[in-house]
Amino acid sequence: MIETLSVYLQHKFVVYALIVGVLIALSSSLLGVTLVLKRFSFIGDGLSHVAFGGMAIASVLSLTNKMILILPITVVCAILLLRTGQNTRIKGDAAIAMISVGALAFGYLIMNIFSASSNLSGDVCSTLFGSTSILTLTSFEVFLCVILSIAVVVIFIVFYNKIFAVTFDENFAKAVGTKADGYNLLIAVVIAIIIVLAMNLVGSLLISALVIFPALSAMRVFKNFKSVTVCAAIISVACAFGGMIISILAGTPVGSTIVAVDVAAFAICSLTGAILGVEK
Amino acid sequence: MSYITVENLEVGYDKSVISEKLNFKIESGEYLCIVGENGSGKSTLMKTLLGLIKPVSGQIKKADGLENGEIGYLPQQTVVQRDFPASVKEIVMSGFQARCGLRPFYNAQEKKLALENMERMGITELADQCYRELSGGQQQRVLLARALCATRKILLLDEPVAGLDPKVTADMYELIASLNKEGITIIMISHDISAATRYADHILHIGERVFFGTTDEYLNSDIGKSFVTLQKGGENQ
Ligand SMILES: Nc1ncnc2c1ncn2[C@@H]1O[C@H](COP(=O)(O)OP(=O)(O)OP(=O)(O)O)[C@@H](O)[C@H]1O
Ligand SMILES: [Mg+2]
Repeated sequence: MIETLSVYLQHKFVVYALIVGVLIALSSSLLGVTLVLKRFSFIGDGLSHVAFGGMAIASVLSLTNKMILILPITVVCAILLLRTGQNTRIKGDAAIAMISVGALAFGYLIMNIFSASSNLSGDVCSTLFGSTSILTLTSFEVFLCVILSIAVVVIFIVFYNKIFAVTFDENFAKAVGTKADGYNLLIAVVIAIIIVLAMNLVGSLLISALVIFPALSAMRVFKNFKSVTVCAAIISVACAFGGMIISILAGTPVGSTIVAVDVAAFAICSLTGAILGVEK
Repeated sequence: MSYITVENLEVGYDKSVISEKLNFKIESGEYLCIVGENGSGKSTLMKTLLGLIKPVSGQIKKADGLENGEIGYLPQQTVVQRDFPASVKEIVMSGFQARCGLRPFYNAQEKKLALENMERMGITELADQCYRELSGGQQQRVLLARALCATRKILLLDEPVAGLDPKVTADMYELIASLNKEGITIIMISHDISAATRYADHILHIGERVFFGTTDEYLNSDIGKSFVTLQKGGENQ
């Protein structure tokens, strides 16, 4: 087992994949709590479908650096969704459903019509479930992933207190003069970036799992924002790393293996939380 | 110029007006109590003053001195999502966020002030507890401590003593009065008319009839007399 691993680790792309995977897992876990609690999770879900549509366009255009196209599309949609979501609840929800399902259908359609590839269902499958994309990233994409992940982490740390305040009590934040709308916009843009990043790791259908599971797991055990955030980051990184190693050794698809490990971590945390709760 | 000048203000939600046209002024260092029946629009007025909802018509003029990071606010209700992981200390500290501007972290002086405010509210032992697991009165004190952290010039309180026990209520009124003596302007909504008339120097009564004036004027006015007797009667029953 160790031998197989060391053989794999001699390949540069495997090491890159591990580094990128860990960074993506770290950045995607940070906003999980905000996403879960601020009812932004529906935006996150919608955006992952948009990212799929973007990916479809990018592969039809056979761009080498797909992220260059997907990123701006997703960010723009994040801003649009946030805007519509602010008006009336129902209209906002409908808009999200429309955009996300529309993007999914449109993406599959153009892939079907224009794709030059002989293995269409394989392409679609890997876009949805990210089976191999983490290993086939170009060095530019690796570079972009690293930069973006670091940017997300830095933004999160710098605005940590603001994000907490706006998530906890938006009205109070506004009343005392914090530009809550600006921070909501920032959060939406960062979520868009995270989704595009996470798409490389687990594919567009499984993104929400990567973002939400670590936060939910941490919330089972800890009761304050800081510990939950730190714990979510640790869980996410550990699960992503473990998942990738397992998938290399067992030859399972990367994305779904990582998510399976995340689910296992959630089960363990729920159990721990229940035991701690009983002891109190 | 007055701190806050309100002219012909009508408040409401989505163009449906709740209040009559309001005209009043708040000078720096004053203590204004807003009284009136349930549903008369007191909370709505306070939210409008804070800029959380738009006035239906009329104007609110604020003096230049009033900037971000100088306003403290205690909402009547704070809807906190289920399971929100937040400790008491984190919430109290979040009162400082506006005054931080773009500075990412709280400084030592702010941390000290937060501890003092928690001490004042008697929640020091709860500092590391989860907000969701506190009693209603304890939660109210946490939010009051947060409001105290946020304020430097003006403090807006929407029923600050609701849910507090008698001792903390008395302490609370004394604390607000002492903040007012230190020069902080107070705008408070209260159903406790005897406390309102004891501590405040101005009263704004809203409802079917509107009154604005000093506390003495209020006590001598028809509307004030009838409202005070009404409450006294209620207490004697
Ligand atoms: N979000 C809202 N949208 C529409 N109407 C509202 C909303 N909140 C309150 N109202 C209405 O506005 C009126 C005034 O409400 P408000 O909360 O300002 O009363 P209040 O004077 O603070 O009462 P209380 O003493 O019970 O706190 C009420 O008739 C209420 O039904
Ligand atoms: Mg009210």
